Amino acid sequence: MNGTAVRVEQLAAAYRGEPVLEHVTFEAQEGESVCVLGPNGGGKTTLFRVLLGELEPTAGRMELSGRPAYMAQTERTRLDFPVTAFDVALMGTLAAGRWWLPPRRPERDAAAAALERVGLAGVAGVRFGELSGGQRQRALLARALVQDAPVLLLDEPLSGVDPASATLITGVFDELRSEGRALLVASHDVESARSFDLVLCLNRHQVAFGAPAETLNRAALEATYGHELIVLDDGGGTRAVTVQHHEHGD
Amino acid sequence: MDVLDFLVDPLRSGIDRRALLELALVGGFCGALGFWVVTERLVYSAESLSHGLLPGLVLAALAGAPLLLGAAGGALVAAALIAFAARDPRIGPDTGTAVAVTGLVGLGALLALAPDSPQRLEELLFGDPLGVTDGDLAAAAILLVLGGAALVALHRPLSAVAFDAGGAAAAGLRPAPVRLVLLVLLAAAVGVAVQGLGALLVLAVLIGPPLAVRHHARTPARAMLGGAAVAVLAGSVGIEVSFHAHSAAGASVALALCAAAALGSALRPSPGWARGGAWQRSRRRARALPGR
Repeated sequence: MNGTAVRVEQLAAAYRGEPVLEHVTFEAQEGESVCVLGPNGGGKTTLFRVLLGELEPTAGRMELSGRPAYMAQTERTRLDFPVTAFDVALMGTLAAGRWWLPPRRPERDAAAAALERVGLAGVAGVRFGELSGGQRQRALLARALVQDAPVLLLDEPLSGVDPASATLITGVFDELRSEGRALLVASHDVESARSFDLVLCLNRHQVAFGAPAETLNRAALEATYGHELIVLDDGGGTRAVTVQHHEHGD
Repeated sequence: MDVLDFLVDPLRSGIDRRALLELALVGGFCGALGFWVVTERLVYSAESLSHGLLPGLVLAALAGAPLLLGAAGGALVAAALIAFAARDPRIGPDTGTAVAVTGLVGLGALLALAPDSPQRLEELLFGDPLGVTDGDLAAAAILLVLGGAALVALHRPLSAVAFDAGGAAAAGLRPAPVRLVLLVLLAAAVGVAVQGLGALLVLAVLIGPPLAVRHHARTPARAMLGGAAVAVLAGSVGIEVSFHAHSAAGASVALALCAAAALGSALRPSPGWARGGAWQRSRRRARALPGR
């Protein structure tokens, strides 16, 4: 369980010729978790789009051990679209091909099992738009689980999630790591980044990469977040938080 | 005369029977396709395409060629011109599209009002379901069979892309080709349906049915089937009205489709309907328990 899951070298990306991400180099082994930290517009989602093959890199190389699964932010989904939590999980089976045929029994079983794993078996028939924020995130996680991918890209999976859902989701993340899957998690939460194996700091270029103890220092965080970073001194030590104007599409 | 006689009277006329068949075939497909047109926010594209193909229709009428051929050619030219105009960043896509479409409608009117034009302009603008030919019926039947098969085959990709294009791409789908096929189906539907409803009213059969059922259908499949049923029913009502009131058939059908959309929207179910009545009732009972 120590093969390379993701290897990226000097990766760069641009939108309409405008560079948005440069000089990104990192590596993650199977079973490792990487927290991708950065401000809005820092290039987190752009990095994911490149890794997913949606956006062609303008420079650099990347290798993945297989097609990654992606867990989007719920804001990117259509809440008015008439699909149930089960339908959403079932969308993960499209990765296996056969998109022109109705789902078979094994695919339906996989979707049901994924919903069970994220604690949504009881609301499988409820419309996605009527689920709570935490339940929606879990339904999207179920869709990613169904893909059975070696690498999972998770775009702010705990954003706006209730504590119970957050506990359940992080529990599933631990299980996925123990299964040898690599997790790349985009996040704004500097303090939670300390629980990851590795941290990648982005601010339109790579600021730092390494173990949390090495990367989560004041200089690196200030270079990553600039004026959005606030360091609190609560007597028992310092704590870094960020002030975010929540915008998507970075 | 009893109610049944009143309703079947149009069927005794061969012309009205053919009009009903045309509307059933076209409505069956367009009512289902309309769900995706509305979901993917292609209404403005559909309107632009249907209006922009007017010069093609007029040229076909002038040349004595099948209107379907003119509609296909007009749709292709209109799509290319709209795409070109919409790319101009100085004026923006909406303005570019509006200028292109207005220009095409003006060109169509200019050609149609020429002294030697054999077909009246109003028939091309507002349609004439009572004048459908065998060729029109055959084209509508082919559209229903082939277009319907395409919608069935594309059901899962269309759902995945409409729900979350980024997630669909991660699952291995390519949203751009899926949307391109949808546009091709839309162009085919407009090209065929314009025979009966004209360049200005054809939008009603694409937009009215999905709006009528959108708040009542729990799944995309049910929305498509419901839309098809509404289109066929509203088409029949329109022909009935036209027969008995001696009103223009195309306009009567378009008004019936719009009335269905208004009625469906007015009868919007209460929030939480999609969860199911039993679930709702159990929640209400739980809230009513003492001590809560």
